[in-house]
Amino acid sequence: MLKDITLGQYFPGDTPVHRLDPRTKLILTLVYIAAIFMVGSWGGYALVFAALASVAAIAHIRPKALLKGLKPLIFIIVFTAVLNLFFTGGDDILFQWKFIHITWTGLERAVSMVLRILLLVSGTFMLTYTTSPLAITDALERLLSPLKKLHVPVYELSLMMCIALRFIPTLVEETDRIMSAQKARGADLETGTLPERARALLPLLIPLFISSFRRADELALAMECRCYNGGQGRTRMKQLHMARQDAAAFALGALLVAGILLLRRLGI
Amino acid sequence: MDPVIRIKNISYTYPDADRPALDGVSLDIMPGAFTAVLGSNGSGKSTLAKHLNAILVPQSGKVFVDGMDTIDEGNLLAIRRRVGMVFQNPDNQIVANVVEDDVAFAPENLGVEPKEIRRRVDAALKQVGMYDFRLHAPHLLSGGQKQRVAIAGVLAMDPEVLVLDEPTAMLDPRGRREVLDAVEALCRERGITVVLITHHMDEAVGADRVLVLDRGRIALDGTPQQIFSQTAALQALRLTVPDTVALTVRLNAAGMALPTDALTPAECAAAIWEALR
Repeated sequence: MLKDITLGQYFPGDTPVHRLDPRTKLILTLVYIAAIFMVGSWGGYALVFAALASVAAIAHIRPKALLKGLKPLIFIIVFTAVLNLFFTGGDDILFQWKFIHITWTGLERAVSMVLRILLLVSGTFMLTYTTSPLAITDALERLLSPLKKLHVPVYELSLMMCIALRFIPTLVEETDRIMSAQKARGADLETGTLPERARALLPLLIPLFISSFRRADELALAMECRCYNGGQGRTRMKQLHMARQDAAAFALGALLVAGILLLRRLGI
Repeated sequence: MDPVIRIKNISYTYPDADRPALDGVSLDIMPGAFTAVLGSNGSGKSTLAKHLNAILVPQSGKVFVDGMDTIDEGNLLAIRRRVGMVFQNPDNQIVANVVEDDVAFAPENLGVEPKEIRRRVDAALKQVGMYDFRLHAPHLLSGGQKQRVAIAGVLAMDPEVLVLDEPTAMLDPRGRREVLDAVEALCRERGITVVLITHHMDEAVGADRVLVLDRGRIALDGTPQQIFSQTAALQALRLTVPDTVALTVRLNAAGMALPTDALTPAECAAAIWEALR
């Protein structure tokens, strides 16, 4: 049951999108997010959507997978839509009933806000669906490495991320085991009021905490035995290389931004 | 030939302990040798292991690795690179979530060139028979496989000595066999010095030298044949003899005349066959 948890929803594959340098994908995702906020016309949204759809098609990501990822956002989307729809002022009234009045401006704003959220989130999914969490961590470390000069422990932070990702399945397994052990001794984790259930979690969390500390201790020792000495003077087996495809991806990103600005200027 | 590790009369007491964990241990470990260290719980065998690569430093006495004193902090990295250490729980020594990235951890720490790291990682994984699993996630491997990945992670440092602190304690019989076979191959084929800490008598049978620790002292020291024929002395130290020896002793008590130095199951079977013919 707990084992079904997947983190970051990475779908391994070997498409041009998967093969891009993770730094390229990370930067382009940021560019994409900025681009969405530059959109000023319906044509702009159409362009962004076209870009998103082509990336998804190249990366072999099925629309179903995207929709599944968007599901948890339904509440936020509905909330945003309702808020913009009913609480936007204006004279161009479209519909009025007692104190409720909907304006064209409101409708337009609601639709564009919802589109923005959908495009934004699906865009970031393109990154996490095609890039392993480890590669994202790696890319972050390298992009942030200039901060090392300011004594920001970039390498250590990325190592922490890696270890956290590495230990999630181990801890999930352990939680499962402790749960079974407590259930075997008659612990009731599933029924009762909320406070009761919260209290029932204690016998689960305490052993988990204690064992995590023990693990951390042993892992630290094992790391020291393998000559871990901080980030300084460290080399990496896997070097990241920007290739021609990355240049092409950046060019396409720039074109997207230019297109959005152009459409905005033209008001299409 | 100079010993690769020289231990001179070391003692160590843990804080809050009422008796020393190690009490005047002296020992030379020769290059290429397979030494098994046996002892019941609390005999000090893990404490001894931790002195071999300066996780602990002796409170009195000296430990030298390749002539370097472990008490000198300046030697720390050089010592740890030469003496690799594998622990009991494989889950708690794997750092990365891809097998090959984990094996690369130590050489990356040492600042080795990327190409050379690749070569070492591939070689280490092949040596322990895990090359085909290099792109797997560690948590999906069996216990024996994880432990072999941990050994590869240490091998990638190119160590002279491999210290294994009860590496099979958490494994099933099959995993135990896998790990022991890998360790024996490393010693016999690659000439790596092995120190195996264990409480499974059967695992010591293939060693060149067996040490038995008791309450922080070396109680017995000799070849497996010399040690395991001393059934009474072992029992006094709360240790059992390997199954093969136990069988031989019982058969001899029942009137057979078997040699007591047939330690591996194959040797034991051959000895019984010989006596029955």
